[in-house]
Amino acid sequence: MAMIEIRSLNKWFGDFQVLKNVNQSVEKGEVLVICGPSGSGKSTFIRCINRLEDFQQGAIQLEGKDIKSPEMNVNTLRTEIGIVFQQFNLYPHLTVLKNVTLAPIKVKKVRREEAETTALQLLDRVGIHDQALKYPAELSGGQQQRVAIARALAMRPKVMLFDEPTSALDPEMINEVLNVMKDLARDGMTMLCVTHEMGFAREVADRIIFMDGGEILEEAPPSEFFKNPRHERTRAFLKEIL
Amino acid sequence: MHWDVVYNNLDYFLWGAFPKGPLGGLAMSIVLALLGIFGAFWIGLAAGLMRLSRNGFVRWPATVYIEVVRGTPLLMLIFWFYFLAPILFGHTLPAAESALTSFIVFTGAYVAEIVRAGVLSLPRGQMEAARGSGLSHVQAMSHVILPQSLRNMIPSFVNQFVSLTKDTSLAYIIGVDELMRNATQVNNRTYNAPTEIFITVAVLYFIVCFALTSFSRRLEKHIMRYQARNR
Repeated sequence: MAMIEIRSLNKWFGDFQVLKNVNQSVEKGEVLVICGPSGSGKSTFIRCINRLEDFQQGAIQLEGKDIKSPEMNVNTLRTEIGIVFQQFNLYPHLTVLKNVTLAPIKVKKVRREEAETTALQLLDRVGIHDQALKYPAELSGGQQQRVAIARALAMRPKVMLFDEPTSALDPEMINEVLNVMKDLARDGMTMLCVTHEMGFAREVADRIIFMDGGEILEEAPPSEFFKNPRHERTRAFLKEIL
Repeated sequence: MHWDVVYNNLDYFLWGAFPKGPLGGLAMSIVLALLGIFGAFWIGLAAGLMRLSRNGFVRWPATVYIEVVRGTPLLMLIFWFYFLAPILFGHTLPAAESALTSFIVFTGAYVAEIVRAGVLSLPRGQMEAARGSGLSHVQAMSHVILPQSLRNMIPSFVNQFVSLTKDTSLAYIIGVDELMRNATQVNNRTYNAPTEIFITVAVLYFIVCFALTSFSRRLEKHIMRYQARNR
């Protein structure tokens, strides 16, 4: 059974169709990279998976369970699917440590000491040593994004969604975030990443999909995707960004 | 000049006949403003959040309350509660309580708008991050959105407090013993020193309000550090 199964997903913003018949199946431990020009619907697509966006037609299943079924509580669904945003969205009024422990304590009712131990381990893993008691504004962009990854991991999700995690970063900070993501991928995390980092895609993606106008135009393993893209739009896109 | 009139009545301006008689003067004005802002905070918080609701049945009453009050002069509200109270409760409400009710109802509507603006001014990503990690709407509001927006609201909130402090002088019209009325009483009794008396009143209101705004400015600098920069 696939970790995530997406069938004939259609979504409209008013009259404008943002997603057109999207079908995907993501296996456990698979890393899927989604690329495409801005406005192609790739962010909307992954945000449908944890229901930050609603959709009008189609179905999404997490381990065989429909995410819109009445038994599936939306908050529970979101504890199983972590998300990392382009703008980090750390809570500026809370310390790094509290950013990471808030959801485990409030949603999963984990004891504070336990949540803090886990949080410190995760912060260590993403390379934020000794910064646990600082506030987000005291950290660099790259550090903030790594805290955001730790925050998402603290819920022990089965799937991680990355919505252009490096697009708001200064160039010299991109790699520190990508390295954490590569690490995660090697550890067997199921990941869906919207990104323009083609080096990252080439190295860790199991599959790359190219979206434009709300449709998936191309889908291939990295080697094939970069060597001989079939669709003309993909070729044009790759020529622009490589 | 007859500054001796002011000098001889200064304690009356500051706290009325207290402790032998009822509290009055500037102390009463401050008490009215403090209780008023306290009550208005809770009413405003509730109404502000209700107005943000997606449910029309929740949003609608708050909208009506806010818009009606904002479109009505405070003096009229004071009269209105003063003359409505006997009909509602069967007996007259003491003037001070009646005035206080008007202050709370009036200021509550403005606080509600401050709350609404405070919540809306936060980057949308804050709510998305909170909900995205599994927090419920109420949890996201109470742990992520409100702690930040309440902090951002402090300057507007102090502003409202300053306004209310000055507006307590309107309670004079229904005979509440506060600074304005006590000053008028002294003026009527002596009638040779209106300039001195009302200069004193102005200075007293100014000192209180200026202290509040200076405090607010310092607070503002302090809280700026923790504002969300990612818009």
